[in-house]
Amino acid sequence: MTTIELRNVSRWYGNVVAVNDVTMSIEPGVTGLLGPNGAGKSTIMHMIAGFLPPSRGELTIGHRSSWRDPSVYRQVGLVPERDSVYAFLTGQQFVLSTAKLHELPDPAAAAARAIAVLDMADAADRRIATYSKGMRQRIKVAAALVHDPEVLLLDEPFNGMDPRQRLHMMDLLDKLGSEGRTILFSSHILEEVERLSGTIQVVVAGRLAASGDFRAIRRLMTSRPHVFMVRSSDDRLLGGTLIGRPAVTAVELTRAGLQVRTSDYGAFCRDIAVLARDHGIRLREVLPADESLESVFAYLVAS
Amino acid sequence: MSALFNPTVAWITLRATLSRKRALLFALPAVILILLTVALRASRAPMRPWPSHVLGTFGFSVLIPLTALIIGTSVLGAEIDDGSIVHLLATPVRRSAVVVTKFVIATGLTMVFAAVPELIAALISGGGSIPAKGGPGLVTLDAGKFAVALFVGALACSVIYNAVFVMVSAATTRAIAVGLLYVLVWEVLLSNFVSGVKLLSVSHYGLGIANGLVNDPVLEAGLGVLTSVVMGAIVTAVALALAMNLLSSFTLKGEPA
Repeated sequence: MTTIELRNVSRWYGNVVAVNDVTMSIEPGVTGLLGPNGAGKSTIMHMIAGFLPPSRGELTIGHRSSWRDPSVYRQVGLVPERDSVYAFLTGQQFVLSTAKLHELPDPAAAAARAIAVLDMADAADRRIATYSKGMRQRIKVAAALVHDPEVLLLDEPFNGMDPRQRLHMMDLLDKLGSEGRTILFSSHILEEVERLSGTIQVVVAGRLAASGDFRAIRRLMTSRPHVFMVRSSDDRLLGGTLIGRPAVTAVELTRAGLQVRTSDYGAFCRDIAVLARDHGIRLREVLPADESLESVFAYLVAS
Repeated sequence: MSALFNPTVAWITLRATLSRKRALLFALPAVILILLTVALRASRAPMRPWPSHVLGTFGFSVLIPLTALIIGTSVLGAEIDDGSIVHLLATPVRRSAVVVTKFVIATGLTMVFAAVPELIAALISGGGSIPAKGGPGLVTLDAGKFAVALFVGALACSVIYNAVFVMVSAATTRAIAVGLLYVLVWEVLLSNFVSGVKLLSVSHYGLGIANGLVNDPVLEAGLGVLTSVVMGAIVTAVALALAMNLLSSFTLKGEPA
């Protein structure tokens, strides 16, 4: 059981503050580091992973500093965000060479196990250069898991994955977390963490904006009003039926289509599909009008 | 030493270095040198001291450093540029082992692509000639002895240049530009025109060692063999120590808020 501790950690580049006085404790289980692009997530990840020293404050993994201490990687696995792997190697060679770098007693067996866990056995003999982005992500995770680390750090692990691969990865992270490992992943997409139980740390503009149970924070987020722009084969009829739903708080018929306000994102998405089908209306476009992540986080910070 | 050399790092480095398009450039300076030597041998009288100028001055201050620059910056700098170095550094392998292993691979490749061609070109040249002692005229150099001397000097240069370029790769992401500037300004220009610079010139360490074996005044070695060996060892050790320290502090830049 290994805990990651950040105490009053700040990081600045010249006079630009990237991370400002962050204190957090990341316990065993799955933790999501959430925030919009440019919030400082990668900086925090890099500091935890030992690839950036804090300008101020203290950062430890299992009571040890990770900066300038490669032996910390015996218990830490890292999946960097950048899609830069040894593309000239096959997946199997890449994971096997990582196992050898970790000086594992049976590197071939460890590599085979990690490849199997990531469901990459069929593609393991192909060169990584031929992989899709999602497959590259998975082979990177296999390499990061090859030494069975207690701590797994993943920087934007779902980037480039298709929905099926995302679900597979989320299930895997859930499983690893339930085994008592400390899993920390960063993401700028709120819905990505939906399936992952556990805690989240929300970072906005370099500061820790919220910390704790995902559901509690999610409730805060879902209770804010959402605005959708809807275009359909019969906007007037659709508007009339939508206003009868409890999740919908206002409907406005505009030249561009229907502008719908809802207090429940999920319920609205379900309702509109059912209503359209029941009334024979063809939905042409359903667009969240204020769904920029910045607006979500701004709401959260204001709360 | 075994703890400083990691076979897996060596294998990955060799594969990475030879799989890049840049690898096609490794042999280019050597091909130019050998073609130049063949052309001069065919057109010049045998009793001229051109081999010492071409293979010594040109070879040691242009051919070998350019080859070492391309290779020395490939083994580490290219991986830093594309970010793949993170996969290597996120393992318990000591950074000193990463540096030494990559330095050994770069040195070996430079020996193959620069020192061996020096030897071949020297043998093709026939050794040339040097001014006769105590009198006018020229005496012919022993071609074999001349070639071996240049080869040993080139081996020494391969070692020292690569230590410098691996260090430069760890220090800056503009390693090729910095290295090229160093070769052209320091090794080609200043070391041949400012006598004090010779003491800190890798090409003159190589020339000093070669001259110690063949005693060829046309090589214009500015340093004695002992000074060359000692200074070469110091520069290599300091450059590698700096590279290890720099790689230990390798950072990934996060995005500023």
